Amino acid sequence: MCSYIVEKAALTGSAKAAGTWRPITTAVVAVDHPSHATLDHALIVDFVNAGRPVSERVALELSVASARVLITAMQTALDAFDEGV
Amino acid sequence: MYQGLLAETVTITGSRDEEISAYLARPLGPGPFPGVLVIHHAPGWDGGSKEIARRFAAEGYVAICPNLYHRFGPDLAPDDAAAAARAGGWITTEQFLGDAGAAVRFLRGMPVSNGRVGTIGYCSGGRQSFLSACELPIDAAVDCYGAFVVKSPPPELPYKMEPIIDRASKISCPILGLFGVEDKNPAPDEVAQIDAELTRLGKEHEFHTFESAGHGFFAVDRPMYRVEAAVEGWKLILDFYGRTLR
Repeated sequence: MCSYIVEKAALTGSAKAAGTWRPITTAVVAVDHPSHATLDHALIVDFVNAGRPVSERVALELSVASARVLITAMQTALDAFDEGV
Repeated sequence: MYQGLLAETVTITGSRDEEISAYLARPLGPGPFPGVLVIHHAPGWDGGSKEIARRFAAEGYVAICPNLYHRFGPDLAPDDAAAAARAGGWITTEQFLGDAGAAVRFLRGMPVSNGRVGTIGYCSGGRQSFLSACELPIDAAVDCYGAFVVKSPPPELPYKMEPIIDRASKISCPILGLFGVEDKNPAPDEVAQIDAELTRLGKEHEFHTFESAGHGFFAVDRPMYRVEAAVEGWKLILDFYGRTLR
C-alpha cells in the first residue's frame, strides 16, 4: 500500500554521497513503496539538508527485516558506547 | 492494437493556473479516440506510470499522465520528487483535482478526441481515481486497490488522508474496482463497504477481487506482481473502457 507513513527526525552530522560530504539536518523516514529496491515496501530514509536541493540527499531503501537488523546494530553500538564512558 | 504511437511531454495549465508537465501518449491517426487520465502513484511520475500510458495508446486511447509532483521541482528525477513530496506533506486534494481536471479538459480539447474521458489510478492513484469520479466530469473511472476511501490512517500519522466515501453521492460515471484478496489496505472488508455504499446509492459499478493477489498486483517491477490477476485485470479494464468510452 501507499502507506503515507512519514516521520521526521532532526539530526546533527554529515552524510556522504557521490564523493562529497555534506552536513545534514533531518532524516525523513517512511515505510512505503521504494523507488529503486525491488521490494514491495521498504524502510526509506532520506538524509537531507534543509537548505540544499532534495537531489543532494542521501537515500536508503531497506527491507523491513534488514532495517530492523540495522536498528538493533545501531542500538547495540550506542549502548556499548554509553556503558564504556 | 495500434503499432504507431506518439509519446511526448507536454505542458498543461493545472491547479491555480500553474503550468505543469504531463506525459502524453496517443495512437497515430485521425481518431476519434477516447481519452484516459493515468494518475501516477505515490512513488511519482515514474517510468512505470508512463509505460501504462503507452499501453493505453497502443490500445487506441489518448493517455495523459500529469506530473502531480511538478511543483516540488519540474526537473527532479521521480525518486527525488517523491522524496520532496514525502518531506513536504504530499499534495492537497484541491491541487490534485485542479491538475486532474486540467488534464481531462486537455484530452477533450484535442482534435482527435471523441469527447469521452476515463481515469485510472493504482494504489494512491486508485483513491484519486475514485475521487475524480466524485468530483470531475468524467465518463468512467478505474480504481486499482486505492486505500483510504472508507478508512482513515491511524491517528498517530502526521498526514491525514480523509475518507472520501462521503463524496460518493456525487459520482456521475461507472466505476470499475480491481482489488486483491490478500491486500491489507484496502482490506476485503473495506472493499465490501465501498461496494455496499455504491449499491445503496445506486451508482453503477463493478468490483473484482482476485484470489492469490494482494496490493499492487499490476506492478511489473515489484515482487507483488501477480501475472494472472494483472492479465485478467487488463482485460477487464479494456472491456470496461470499451463499453464506457467508445
